[in-house]
Amino acid sequence: MPVRQDWKVYRNVRTLNKSNKMSIIEINNLTKIYDGSEVEVIAVNGIDLSFDKGEFAAIVGPSGSGKTTFLNLLGGLDRPTSGEVIVDGVNIWNLKSRKLIDFRMNNIGFVFQSYNLIPVLTAKENVEFVMHLQGRPKAERYKRTRELMESVGLADRLNSRPAKLSGGQQQRVAVARALASKPKFILADEPTANLDSKSTENLLDIMENLNKDENITFIFSTHDARVVKKARRVITIEDGKVVWDEKR
Amino acid sequence: MNNIIIAWRNLWRNKRRTLITVASVFFGVLFSTVMTSMQEGSYSSMVDNVVKFYSGYIQVHSEDYWENKTINNTFEPTDSLIDKISQVKEVIHFTPRLESFALASSEEITKGVMVLGVDPVKESQVTGIEKWIEKGRYLNPGDKGILVGIDLAKYLQLDLNDTIVLLSQGYHGISAAGKYPIAGILNFPSPELNRQTLYMELSNCQDFYSAYNLLTSLVIMVKNQYDLPDAMKELRNEISSPFSVMSWNEMQPELVQMIEADRAGGVFMKALLYMIIGFGILGTIMMMISERRREMGVMVAIGMQRFKLGNIIFFETLFIGFLGVLVGFLGSIPIIGYYYNNPIRLPADAAEIMIEMGIEPLLYFSWMPSVFYNQVITIFVITALIAIYPVYKSRTMKVNLALRA
Repeated sequence: MPVRQDWKVYRNVRTLNKSNKMSIIEINNLTKIYDGSEVEVIAVNGIDLSFDKGEFAAIVGPSGSGKTTFLNLLGGLDRPTSGEVIVDGVNIWNLKSRKLIDFRMNNIGFVFQSYNLIPVLTAKENVEFVMHLQGRPKAERYKRTRELMESVGLADRLNSRPAKLSGGQQQRVAVARALASKPKFILADEPTANLDSKSTENLLDIMENLNKDENITFIFSTHDARVVKKARRVITIEDGKVVWDEKR
Repeated sequence: MNNIIIAWRNLWRNKRRTLITVASVFFGVLFSTVMTSMQEGSYSSMVDNVVKFYSGYIQVHSEDYWENKTINNTFEPTDSLIDKISQVKEVIHFTPRLESFALASSEEITKGVMVLGVDPVKESQVTGIEKWIEKGRYLNPGDKGILVGIDLAKYLQLDLNDTIVLLSQGYHGISAAGKYPIAGILNFPSPELNRQTLYMELSNCQDFYSAYNLLTSLVIMVKNQYDLPDAMKELRNEISSPFSVMSWNEMQPELVQMIEADRAGGVFMKALLYMIIGFGILGTIMMMISERRREMGVMVAIGMQRFKLGNIIFFETLFIGFLGVLVGFLGSIPIIGYYYNNPIRLPADAAEIMIEMGIEPLLYFSWMPSVFYNQVITIFVITALIAIYPVYKSRTMKVNLALRA
């Protein structure tokens, strides 16, 4: 078990991963500075990391450490001040706005802390939505929606609106939605933060099974010890820097 | 899926929000339509008071008459003149008049009055004067009796069959004096006419003024004011010196100016109303967008292009605008229909002031199609302009912030 004081050693994990042919995400010197009215805030401070296909990685750190900002930069939701995010050889921050949105649609799945399902759509429609955007045929959409809803244990709630589902059920629908576009990786920002222990357990099992069975890459930020326990890689961020990167 | 279908479906997935927004457009249309109807109704009533009860849409005079309205500037209607007027297809009726002033006296009271010598049959066709008889009877051809306005009769303290004495100057300075029995009392909707008019049978009037076979005007009616420009054009082509052809708005410039001045004030009021309505709708749309900010953020985050999101929200706002103007239009029909048939009577104090100004103390409503479609179009255009706001917001939204909204 590495000790915290030796964090600099573990920054070099990046170098190790760079040589790995399976790496799907390369992050180089990623920095995000917010210009406050009086003082600028460095939310992400020169992070270098890489992720391999099939990783089940947790980003941990105290509140305000920069976990969410880091995931937003990684997912193309927030523009970095400097640095690059390379997904399968594409620097996503070199893409124009429209291309970036298309890139997100086809390559990245999102699971948000507060589920963020579209309230006017049913569970089935939420899952189908991204496939609509991708222009997939109706039959394929229907089949995949059924499969995904079954895989998250909600085949009987296809026509329920989010408001009629529990928090755990909504988050499972969100996972199904994130998988619908067949993304290269899924980013989950504190996916269990609003869930009770049973729902958390359930959701983690689903995510872990999808990761193991279908080799889907999950990168999630969390405070939750149960989630950290399941992760096979734990990256600790403090003050916008990676201070710990442990592979299990 | 088609953006329009998605937009329509979205509306009904949150009925409460949609209905609140539709209601803001509905009230906008309702207020502006009712207000415009009342405004146009009052103008129509003013014009009717002048055109339909008195001046007609067009008059033919001797060319000097309008500048110098004396009994000496009369003319003798020739067959050719009558033929030319009859041949204009927009003209539905016309009637001869001899019109001048006289002093009317009862036992101890005297008042200046306007004397109109009319052809009883033709006058009734043009101005429908017969229906305003309050007491007594209408005139017959060759009748020696006269008709007086109700307020004039009251002022002179005269009633049916009482005798009225008229004194004036006749054609080329001849003295005009006569005694006439009151055959009927008229109660026009126009207080001004009630106060000062006196009708005589034409030949009786010509005899009184010694203006035999002479007229001051031929009063012409067309079907409605939309036929007026064509009729005027044709009459002016056909009729020239020594006659002149004038339309009602040339003869009543004060009325036209009054309406135009009021309309100008109305434009300001309406602009104010449209601003209130517009900001009401904008406020509701802003609330809707604020409420849906996270939803919009999620859509863009997972792959919806901003322009597509903007299109969907634009269509949603247009649908809201369309539904609002539709129900506003349908809602305003019964209200305006009711008040069109039952004009609002002003309270006593206000009514008195209006009567003194020579205006009928009733608030009329207009039933013209333009009242409805102008408002419907205006509010729809306002809503369409407001729909730019959500499109702008969807284009400029910061996704990471929207997701935390």
